[in-house]
Amino acid sequence: MAATLPGAPAADRARTHERALLGAGVTAVAAVLLAIVALPLASLLVKSFQDGDGAFVGLANYARWFATPALVASLWNSVWVSLLATAIVIPLAFAYAYAITRTSMPAKPAFVAVALLPLFTPSLLPAISLIYVFGNQGFLKSWLFGHTVYGPIGIVLAQVFYCFPHAFLIVATALGLADQRLYDAAQALGTSRWRTFLAVTLPGAKYGLTSAAFVVFTLVVTDFGIPKVIGGQFAVLATDAYKQVVGQQNFPMGAVVGFILLVPAVLAFAVDRLTHRRQVALLSARAVPLVPARQPTLDAAALAFCAAFGLLLVGVIAVAVWASFVTYWPYNLSLSLKHYRFEEFDAAGWAPWFNSVAMASLAAAIGTAVVFAGAYFVEKGRGFGPVRGLIQLLAMLPMAVPGLVLGLAYVFFFNAPWNPLGVFYATLLLLAVNSVAHFYTVAHVTAVTALKQIDPEFESVSQSLRVPWWTMLRRVTLPICLPAVLDIFVYLFVNALTTVSAVIFLYGAHTKLAAISIVHMDEAGATAAAAAMATVVFVTALAAKLLHLALARWVFGRLQAWRRR
Amino acid sequence: MDTPHLSVRELTKRFGAFVALERVSLDVAAGEFVCFLGPSGCGKTTLLRAIAGLERQDSGRVLIGGRDLSDAPPSARDFGIVFQSYALFPNLTVSENVGFGLVNRRRPAAEVRRRVDELLATVGLPEQAGKFPGQLSGGQQQRVALARALATSPSLLLLDEPLSALDARVRLRLRDELKALQRRLGITTIMVTHDQDEALGLADRMVVMNRGTIEQAGTPRQVYDAPATPFVADFVGTMNFLACVADAGDRVRVGGIELRCAQPHGLPAGRAARLGIRPEAVRLPRQVNGHANTLLARVDQVGFHGGFVRASLLPLEAPEVRIAADLSSGEADAPRLACGAELPIALPPDRLRVYPA
Repeated sequence: MAATLPGAPAADRARTHERALLGAGVTAVAAVLLAIVALPLASLLVKSFQDGDGAFVGLANYARWFATPALVASLWNSVWVSLLATAIVIPLAFAYAYAITRTSMPAKPAFVAVALLPLFTPSLLPAISLIYVFGNQGFLKSWLFGHTVYGPIGIVLAQVFYCFPHAFLIVATALGLADQRLYDAAQALGTSRWRTFLAVTLPGAKYGLTSAAFVVFTLVVTDFGIPKVIGGQFAVLATDAYKQVVGQQNFPMGAVVGFILLVPAVLAFAVDRLTHRRQVALLSARAVPLVPARQPTLDAAALAFCAAFGLLLVGVIAVAVWASFVTYWPYNLSLSLKHYRFEEFDAAGWAPWFNSVAMASLAAAIGTAVVFAGAYFVEKGRGFGPVRGLIQLLAMLPMAVPGLVLGLAYVFFFNAPWNPLGVFYATLLLLAVNSVAHFYTVAHVTAVTALKQIDPEFESVSQSLRVPWWTMLRRVTLPICLPAVLDIFVYLFVNALTTVSAVIFLYGAHTKLAAISIVHMDEAGATAAAAAMATVVFVTALAAKLLHLALARWVFGRLQAWRRR
Repeated sequence: MDTPHLSVRELTKRFGAFVALERVSLDVAAGEFVCFLGPSGCGKTTLLRAIAGLERQDSGRVLIGGRDLSDAPPSARDFGIVFQSYALFPNLTVSENVGFGLVNRRRPAAEVRRRVDELLATVGLPEQAGKFPGQLSGGQQQRVALARALATSPSLLLLDEPLSALDARVRLRLRDELKALQRRLGITTIMVTHDQDEALGLADRMVVMNRGTIEQAGTPRQVYDAPATPFVADFVGTMNFLACVADAGDRVRVGGIELRCAQPHGLPAGRAARLGIRPEAVRLPRQVNGHANTLLARVDQVGFHGGFVRASLLPLEAPEVRIAADLSSGEADAPRLACGAELPIALPPDRLRVYPA
């Protein structure tokens, strides 16, 4: 075997080329993230220190906000409603997750699917449903004993539905990571089941529960759709920001509220990071996965609870769907398609739905490419340390930024007269980019997790074989990550399709989205049409998910034969 | 040794406050099989990765084939590497894995196929070309990784604990095959291992490392028979260490016993020292007379180890000293090795090593 050294100059040229291309890629992703995350947030911050004419006024806007009793009242409203919703959701999610992970009740996959259903609805849908059930003409109005559903009651109930899957997923993950040996030890010591629960199960799920509580609290504080639809005269921070900006064109005040909304989200984010770090240490690699034993009474109770609660979840969606087909609620309950003739309720007609699908597809396509490239550079890149660090930081930041705040930030940044990117204002492209930024973090973490599972020595081997990084990416890294790439695409698509909070500030005459159309038709009193549009969005999102499952199955079966042993 | 194929000069690498390599220098001749041996954290893997360019040294030079490649990236260094984890690309077939580095060099497809077949035959896997790595056993996967590393005909083969993930039987077989293959190809090879048997059995020269420095480099025979430091003596094989005091010339004193070494130990008289002897070097003669360094000892414990028996002996004149002696199982049957029995033992002068305490 003759050792043939390649011509040194040619090899040097190839290497310089390789490095230059890596540098260009890293810089491009960092620049994109600066433009779509960092700069808009910076302009929001600046705006909150300026008066209406752009002059610097220091903390005057903040002082004025805290001096206005009505505005401070909405802060208090936001806080107690969010606390209440959290206090209701967490025990429900814990019970449901416990039933799924720790009992041997039947039909678990079906119950998981039901628990996740709310993820595919716009947050407006449960609010509309509740209006049909408990509203002025609701069929169970009497159950509220004279209280009105338009206000805190409606908000809390709708938020419980909307936040449930988020809490469930976190708690189920925490409960799923259990070590059988701890339970065997407890049993061997003759510990009672109740004490085992208190001494082993709860401490194990502690971090998951705190994390879930903070996530839910943040979701409720920052959600805009539900209080808009069912809040009535009950003012909360999110609707205040909307009124300041859209109603009164008071941008500095909107910026102030935006920044106040950022506080709980940043807090939640920080706590979540901390608890995550500890959760890792909780389960060693040698742990034995827990297999729940048969316990007839417990299993039956779990089944009864999940069936009852699952039925409620399905019921909320079913009411909205049913109401959208009812001719004239509550007087003529015969079914018709007349509420689906959207042009009769909103001049834009069906166009918002097409816009939404186009925007969500665009967001999924652009987002998947940018997110994967960014995650790849962060995880597998060599050199360019500071720029890669910046990408990682900017990728994690959107998690702490509520959609409403991001939407406001986009208004200030892209609508500014000096900004050449302003040409994109109110275009579908900007709406898509906004959605990418809004949902960036979860997608990024998914990609990084997939990349982390790839043996780091792969890159060493490819270097020793003198294979350029892009060949390695195309032939090995990307094919291995294909399932994660599909997950990211669908995640971005579904969320861009159902979101309302960020885009409500950004749409234009020709780029109205389905979720915004729901808000407008509901505002105009066409609740049935709003329910119909919500149904269409739900069905579209669900169809996308089912398509994804089918595709994933095909990908695993055909293209990825190597995964089979 | 004429111009070494690989030359490492004063290599230093720190990770924060931890010193992974401290001014390490080493030459490897062309065609030589060198093993880096040491406990985990001793710097052996860092040294291998620094030679490969996968880890950048803080200071020092690396020369391969006479060229200074200290600042060159891995792709400029002309080596093949095999990892403990195999690092086979799971989505590519065996032949695609082996040909991965060849396809990139724009060789004609037929030539690549011929070369891949040749390599798979070399490592003894001609039938598996179309399978995916996940369908192979650990031993087969490691052969594929070896074929892939050899595919581009590198001048240097680096092996990072290649056998550690395999079960004992496969490991032994693959070890022999690896040795034969290396001999046949004559490729300069460096292997990192923490398994002394592997290093003793495979290496032309072994490099024993500890805390970022080289404790000793030499043939397995040299390292085993004449360990340069107590660390080497203890890490490679087993060694009895007896606290002693140096006397004049070639004499040392253990408790009340005076012992003679084959050579002067070079320590000033009265200096505290440690006397080392391998358990298998301890003799159990029939009589006290006629042997140098003979003393009476009492048998304290006898442990059965399959092929040999290890007796724990306490000299009568210095009962605080414990000496382990290994005897073949046949030799040890005698009733005189019963616990509590007294018998003469001899410590041959040429097998004694004296280290400063």
